[in-house]
Amino acid sequence: MQIKTMAEYAANGETPEVLFWVGCSGSFDQRAQKITRAFATILEKVGIQFAILGKEESCTGDPARRAGNEFIFQMMAQNNIQLLNMYGVKKIVTACPHCFNILKNEYPALGGNYEVIHHTTFLQSLIDEGKIKMKEGGAFKGKKITYHDSCYLGRANNIYEAPRKVLEVLDAELVEMKRCRSKGLCCGAGGAQMFKEEEKGNIRINVERGKEAVETGASIVASNCPFCMTMLTDGVKEVGKEDEVKVLDIAELIAQNI
Amino acid sequence: MHIVQELLFVILFGVAVYLFTLNARQIRKNILLGRDKDISDHPNERWKNVLLLAFGQKKMFRNPLVAVLHFFVYAGFLIINLEILEIILDGVLGTHRLFLPFLGVSYAVFISAFEVLAALVILGCAIFLIRRNILKLKRFISKDLDGWPRSDANYILITEIALMLLFLTMNTADLALQAKGAAHYLPTGNFLVSGLFAPLLSGFSDGALMGLERTCWWLHIAGILAFLNYLPYSKHLHIILAFPNAYFASLLPKGEMENMPSVQHEVQLMLQPELAAAAPPAENMPKFGAKDVNDLTWKNLLDAYSCTECGRCSAACPANITGKRLSPRKIMMDTRDRVTEVGKNIKDNKGTFVDDNKSLLHDYITEEELRACTTCNACVEECPVSISPLDIILQLRRYLVMEASSAPAEWTNMFSNIENNMAPWKFSMDDRDKWTES
Repeated sequence: MQIKTMAEYAANGETPEVLFWVGCSGSFDQRAQKITRAFATILEKVGIQFAILGKEESCTGDPARRAGNEFIFQMMAQNNIQLLNMYGVKKIVTACPHCFNILKNEYPALGGNYEVIHHTTFLQSLIDEGKIKMKEGGAFKGKKITYHDSCYLGRANNIYEAPRKVLEVLDAELVEMKRCRSKGLCCGAGGAQMFKEEEKGNIRINVERGKEAVETGASIVASNCPFCMTMLTDGVKEVGKEDEVKVLDIAELIAQNI
Repeated sequence: MHIVQELLFVILFGVAVYLFTLNARQIRKNILLGRDKDISDHPNERWKNVLLLAFGQKKMFRNPLVAVLHFFVYAGFLIINLEILEIILDGVLGTHRLFLPFLGVSYAVFISAFEVLAALVILGCAIFLIRRNILKLKRFISKDLDGWPRSDANYILITEIALMLLFLTMNTADLALQAKGAAHYLPTGNFLVSGLFAPLLSGFSDGALMGLERTCWWLHIAGILAFLNYLPYSKHLHIILAFPNAYFASLLPKGEMENMPSVQHEVQLMLQPELAAAAPPAENMPKFGAKDVNDLTWKNLLDAYSCTECGRCSAACPANITGKRLSPRKIMMDTRDRVTEVGKNIKDNKGTFVDDNKSLLHDYITEEELRACTTCNACVEECPVSISPLDIILQLRRYLVMEASSAPAEWTNMFSNIENNMAPWKFSMDDRDKWTES
């Protein structure tokens, strides 16, 4: 894929419509890279003028801040804000709810004020505007899909409907898990848990959630977060259902049917 | 004889109010041990929260059946307070049913409404006792509540049932006396609930009925005053503090963590050394995060005193559900226990805190509990009285990492990866756009 960077736009004296904040998972994690490519493909097909920061992007500081290391968070955040402000960034879209939350809610206190949109909300508005047209009789028609609310999109930012609206265009059968929306069960990765072994307990959180997802009888678990993706994929595998149940990001579901 | 009763009542009432005021002031003092935080913005939105969350009990309705029962108990208690006003005035003035002449026929309507509420309170409390002790709901048999907290919950429910039974029995005896045309017992008209039982007492003598009526009257009001003084020692304090706690509830998105301006400033000087020369020297080294209750904000401490230990937070907590040590309810109970202990320490030592070699962190809340939190906000979402256990957890975590340099090895690696590679994993910055290549 050929994706222009902010630096390249700036060199031509241009600014793109929106910055696609890829995030560390989306950049480095092999599974999450597929989500990144899927979302970038949609943006290209729809004809959105967008850029990435490329090698200039850094961690937002989220895992450091939530683990308790405010110094590292502040270093990352202030550097990022300096960069974003230098490029005159106004609008950011990201496929990671953790990046979304921190850019939207915590950067303003440090002087970083942007319109920040999570990719599911972005996709919903593209659908509403008629810019995304789905193929007739898409691959997911009639299939059972269950949606996992990520904590940082759901409870943290009260976004429950947009991802579900996006899933509706797939013509699939949406089934809810017992714990959904504001009662949704965490995948176990938030608050920097992604980067450490779980504390001692009876069962891993992602296995508990994986079980619940499998119990719905859905063949697809739709997620909106690269961390949830990792956790749920492992969770479903732990239950022994990795062949029957696939975990896919909402962007991937849309990209496959455009 | 009459004047003795009035005097006795005034003394009882005065002592009860005085003792309650003393305890309430102590709790206020304890809450103010927390660090300062300005929460005076958006008063309109805050009053709206008081109406919706405290008066309307909006969050309770996440479970409608329990919410309705709880609403009966709450409305019963709130509205029956109007009747208590009459009881207090009767006690002071030595009158009997003071409001009757003013309200006329509508008096019976009011009392009937109170009686229906009283009956609903009894029903609600009975069902709550069954849920706790017979059905043994998971959140009620949790080890968080072992010992005093479990008894506390039962005492509250039993007391409420007893108070309502006294109120109804008092009215029943009153109606029976009215039917007999006893002096001083003016006809009020029929009461909806006690009216059903009054005929059962018709066989008793006037004296016995008066004895019963007076005994119930005294036990009822004395019980209420005793209950008032029980509140400061009990989780039941939520019936008062739920209201200010709703007012001071955070209006920010739940995902937003509190900024640390002191660290922000430090890092700013580091990144832009040219500012350092102009910056005034730091007055004193700020402390990072919270180790003990006085490092928390006063809102965190108000949260702790508002907690009624219902356990909705822990029942929704992914760590708790999967058997980890963390229980958000225990975080709140520990905070309350510790701040009460610190407050007592200060009181016993004439206004100064004498180091007891203890702290909220370690002695009450362990690192293992704090490490298990996924910051998913389920506890915050569930709390019917606007408590944030997460806010306390995150402040304690800040202390652990920034002051005590205590973090799991994987986190230490993650920190250094972010610092050196700008990503929590050990990848080269040059590979950040590699995903575009395939």
